[in-house]
Amino acid sequence: MSETAIPTEATASAGSSTRKLTLNLGPQHPSTHGVLRVLIELDGETITKATPDIGFLHTGIEKQCEALNYQQVVTLTDRVDYLANLSNNLAYVLGVEKLLGMEIPERAQWMRVMLTEFTRLNSHLVWLGTHAIDIGAMSVFLYCFREREEILRIFELFSGQRMMTSYFRVGGIALDAPRGWQHAVKKFVDMFPSKIDEYENLLTNNPIWTRRTKNIGHLPIEEMLDMGITGPMIRGAGLKWDIRKDQPYSSYEKFDFEVPVQTANDVFSRYQVRVEEMRQSTRIIKQALEGMPGGAYQADAPKIVLPEREKMKTQMEALIFHFKIVTDGFTVPPGEVYVPIEAPRGELGYYIVSDGTSKPFRVHMRTPSFGTLQALPNLIEGRMIADSIAIMGSIDFVLGDVDR
Amino acid sequence: MLPEQLNAVPEAVALEAHDPSALLGGNLDRGEVTLLIDAAKIEAVCRLLKDKHDYIRLCTVTALDHYPMEPRFMVVYQLHSLAANRYLRLKCALAEGASIQSVTSVWRGANWYERETFDLFGITFEGHPNLIRILMPEGWVGHPLRKDFPTHGHKYSYQHE
Repeated sequence: MSETAIPTEATASAGSSTRKLTLNLGPQHPSTHGVLRVLIELDGETITKATPDIGFLHTGIEKQCEALNYQQVVTLTDRVDYLANLSNNLAYVLGVEKLLGMEIPERAQWMRVMLTEFTRLNSHLVWLGTHAIDIGAMSVFLYCFREREEILRIFELFSGQRMMTSYFRVGGIALDAPRGWQHAVKKFVDMFPSKIDEYENLLTNNPIWTRRTKNIGHLPIEEMLDMGITGPMIRGAGLKWDIRKDQPYSSYEKFDFEVPVQTANDVFSRYQVRVEEMRQSTRIIKQALEGMPGGAYQADAPKIVLPEREKMKTQMEALIFHFKIVTDGFTVPPGEVYVPIEAPRGELGYYIVSDGTSKPFRVHMRTPSFGTLQALPNLIEGRMIADSIAIMGSIDFVLGDVDR
Repeated sequence: MLPEQLNAVPEAVALEAHDPSALLGGNLDRGEVTLLIDAAKIEAVCRLLKDKHDYIRLCTVTALDHYPMEPRFMVVYQLHSLAANRYLRLKCALAEGASIQSVTSVWRGANWYERETFDLFGITFEGHPNLIRILMPEGWVGHPLRKDFPTHGHKYSYQHE
């Protein structure tokens, strides 16, 4: 036939020496840790433009909150950030308790502190394992999940659930701590610091790890604050800001711990911050274990807190309250609150508006991952594509937390 | 007209001195300060609070739907000052169909929060660089967090199905 040349790559791009390539990273990609799609424009190996596309995991939790009563909403908050379920429980119940003007017994507050610190460990362990596996350090993942399993067992011991614990309730905690909890917690606290040393042995001085993580992912601190970045990322950039210290909640002021800060402002410094946070969390858990106050684990508020089973079966009044709480829920005086707490990923704020009924008028979650993820283009544009995987890992986002 | 309980709140006093017409009211409830701002002046107020009062962080932007009351919407801004270790809430009443200035020029981080509010409430932010849906799919009809949007049912779904 004819001699017509089939257009080739070379002829198609004749005239310009390079051609930009648009690449879909995700939504199903292991390094996106969930379902995040990033539209990446590449010039060779360099990212010239990155556009995150979120919403694949949007489940309408905020809408659903308006259809349930205050106590039922606790179960939804677990599912916002499925790696930091108890942090979400805590922020929500603190908000409702602030609206109600409730006093929480000390034992419940300490239990909450202890278990949210376990949540931080759980979240950081999953982060470290997956972050390391992204960069190619396979074994760290197995080590981290070994210890995480112990934490999940402790959650199961307390609440009967490994992940969706719903253990904190308005007015206290769902059940008193089970018999023998001290033994389980002590075993973990004694064992864990040596395990952190193990991770550090594998990574901190590992030349491959340091070369993959040092001096990448820099972002000026002003830009970070402007974009809404919070948590370990901002502490890895040198700002000592931790809501547990600055605006203590749930009796954090009674615990002795340091806020780790690094100034290098790169992927490695965020790793150092999180590893040190694990050590500090273990310290807090140890203090909670040693100084756990006795007494009631729920507030004395019969119209809000479910009565004990035994009372419900023997006392008329308790039976009535039980019936009312289960069928109608409890009403909350009108008002609005914004309660920020330091979740493993940063500032987690619950904005709760009550109109005086037994269902929230509006529950808005200011989730740390949402604010942090929007700075992703600032972090990875102009970088190599291989670095972008390390940077994304250092952000530590959870897509459930982003999309709600 | 500064409400009495806000006399000790420096931001409210400064705002009142700067532009009395911008501040429409507010309250101090459960230790949290809420200022009601004229929607037409929100950008200038935010600029002032950021530059003069160290509110360098915008925590979140969201909205409330008071359907069927009028004005229907209340846009909510949660601000944080690291230096003063304080939070501040601004609220702007907005009628249905009206639009409000974007504060992306003050805090770039407002970008996604305003997109989310647009997506879920249908509130338009003027001057926003990229006001498109963020959580819901592109072809979605309606704005889910409005009170007249049903929690259950198939009436609202994808447009092309």
